[in-house]
Amino acid sequence: MIQLFGVILMVVATLGLGMIATRRVKTASDFFVAGRSVGVLMNASAISGEYLSAASFLGVAGLIMKSGYDALWYPVGYAAGYLFLLLFIAGPLRRFGAYTIPDFAEGRFDSPLFRKIAVIFVLCIGFFYTMPQMKGAGVTMGAILNWPYWVGIAVVGAVITFNVALGGMKGITIVQAFQYWAKLFAICVPLFVLIPLLGRSPAPKAITDEPRVERTTALKMKGSDAAPLNALSLSSAEPTVITFDDACRVKLSTVRKAAKEEDKLSLGGIPKNKEAAGPHPFSSRRLTVKLLADKDNVLDVVKGATFEFDPIEFTKNGEPVVDPVTKKPVKSGAKLEFLTPSTIHVAKSDELGEPALAPNSPTNAKWVNPYGPASSKWGYPVLWTFSLIVALVCGTAGLPHILVRFYTNPDGRAARRTTFWVMVLLGAFYVFTPLWGTIGRSAIPQLYANNSTDTLLIKLPTLLENKTLGEILSAITAAGAFAAFMSTFSGLLVSMSGAFAHDIYGKILRPNSTAESQRRAFQVAAVFVGIVAMLLGYFVETFDIATMVGWAFAIGAASYFPLLLLGSWWRGLTATGAATGMLLGGFLSLAAIVANMLLDKKVLTWDLPPLVRSLMEQPAIWGVPLAIITMVLVSKATASQVPKDVTLKMLRLHAPEGMGYSKNYVD
Amino acid sequence: MDEQEVLLRTVMRRQAAVSIRVACVFIALLIVLPLVNLFLPQMAETDVFGFTATWLCLGVLFYPLTWVLSGYFVRRSDQIETDLLSSAGPKTLAALESDEEGARA
Repeated sequence: MIQLFGVILMVVATLGLGMIATRRVKTASDFFVAGRSVGVLMNASAISGEYLSAASFLGVAGLIMKSGYDALWYPVGYAAGYLFLLLFIAGPLRRFGAYTIPDFAEGRFDSPLFRKIAVIFVLCIGFFYTMPQMKGAGVTMGAILNWPYWVGIAVVGAVITFNVALGGMKGITIVQAFQYWAKLFAICVPLFVLIPLLGRSPAPKAITDEPRVERTTALKMKGSDAAPLNALSLSSAEPTVITFDDACRVKLSTVRKAAKEEDKLSLGGIPKNKEAAGPHPFSSRRLTVKLLADKDNVLDVVKGATFEFDPIEFTKNGEPVVDPVTKKPVKSGAKLEFLTPSTIHVAKSDELGEPALAPNSPTNAKWVNPYGPASSKWGYPVLWTFSLIVALVCGTAGLPHILVRFYTNPDGRAARRTTFWVMVLLGAFYVFTPLWGTIGRSAIPQLYANNSTDTLLIKLPTLLENKTLGEILSAITAAGAFAAFMSTFSGLLVSMSGAFAHDIYGKILRPNSTAESQRRAFQVAAVFVGIVAMLLGYFVETFDIATMVGWAFAIGAASYFPLLLLGSWWRGLTATGAATGMLLGGFLSLAAIVANMLLDKKVLTWDLPPLVRSLMEQPAIWGVPLAIITMVLVSKATASQVPKDVTLKMLRLHAPEGMGYSKNYVD
Repeated sequence: MDEQEVLLRTVMRRQAAVSIRVACVFIALLIVLPLVNLFLPQMAETDVFGFTATWLCLGVLFYPLTWVLSGYFVRRSDQIETDLLSSAGPKTLAALESDEEGARA
């Protein structure tokens, strides 16, 4: 109940601030870019508030808990990406004096066609970015109030759409600035209370015992519609005993797959009755269940069944496979994929009362050290790490809803100062996320088994013995999470509605429309985009928040980033070159990520080498160079298209304001 | 070369020099840390206040480091604009050009 109060307080504060600010909105310019008169610290807070999305607020801490050191690159990349934006893009972009990226695309190359292509990417990246926000809203409301998934989406979506349609950008500048400070408060203050009261150290080396789950903890496993979040990977160090509270259907395999030259595991050999017992990988003591094994190792488990799963040793021509480094036999735990949902309890073998090693959790050594489970998934950890760095650093400079904010600075100089403060504010926020992840690992390891580390910030405070205090802290983090998806969603809504009203309606459909009719078009577009985003959000319940954000970053890195970088610094860039590079880089990256996702979900069943899968999961390392090289080559081939007044255009980008070269599209 | 051309080259060259300098330091950091983790794991795992050295670098110290880089860039970049505004105008462009020549020499 207290959590609901926190959320409502945040919504009311957001709406109230939005309404107060709306009264001050006068002109169309106010409406679109807040009259370009927002102060540096206010604008920096607003950009930070807009940027810290559900993925940052809930996802990063959860990801660090799940993957350890590998995941530290996410917050660092999210914050440090602004350095590239600052060094090469912020100042020139603001000085060019356009509202949106499509404005830049058209103004820089005198090409109305290029405007249309650029608009596609605003909408494309925008919609991909709204989906995880919507999912975050649905999941949080589910976690704190047991609301159905769609109710959370409908409430959040409606509130923000209403606010944006009413106030435009000015309405949300102050709201988003407020939301940054609310999020900072929500991520750090509960920690200061939780660290002493839970008695857990936030230092990663302080975790000495491997995380274990008590037998009394009920683990709710999702069914196959939540794949790949329906998996339970058991420890390879010791046996695990699982008690199934509900009848369910489970697919059995091993965490490590047998290599080609190794003997095939006789997983299909699980006996239907004990007499037929031959050599088989899972010992089946305490069988109280009718086992129905078929070729796919799918088991129908009856209610109340108890299984013991021993680690499995791999063999090669009958001899045990030995690890070349440790000289120990190579073992793997069993992997259970739940095809239907069930509630289970886990314990250590033999002594039923003893807690089991947390399923799905990496060992302490793998968690705390670099090149752990996340980067090593396909066996190319260094490549994966560098590709992730490229995606985050370049992707930040290619997010349209962030870039549009730079036009609210009075001049290029202020744009640079704003970026500096954004980096400070973001760093101050992100530095707390690993602390949550570390404490979560030792205090609430059942989130590993549930595949729900995303709810860490909401669930951790409820562990306190003082239930009321726990609920209050949880209310604070829930309100912070709400601020996160509200602010990011409204930013996306503004940039997408702006693209519709300003670019599609104002420049393409009705070039002679008045500012007033553009303003009405903006409001209609906001409602339309809001509804589409809510519908899309409804359909992505089973997709991973971090993966969806990765889509947006990878598309941004391989499309807008090369356009802005070369467009600002290379005179020879032509519209044809820029558009070809943008389309090629952006769409190939998108295709790679979507195909990889479908492969993960087993919708596609291509047999691809691990190197290819690694490059598909993290495409930035080839996508960004591909886009840049294509832009350069095609521009060279179409050099006659370079605008005649390119020197003047470049001066508009680079000459200080006082020299009179800069100009505004709308004053 | 006309005056605009001279001005543009001057502005871009000066700004790009600062940007590229800072970017090189930043990129070097981003390349060195994963390589240290790869080739010098013992060094990366050194215990510092309950953190491993590499965890402390990435999870805590990296942020202030980027603030220093961006703070340096903002000041340098502002300085370049101030200099240009005080010295440039159509009449002093020739002087500006010789400035550049001097700087390169």
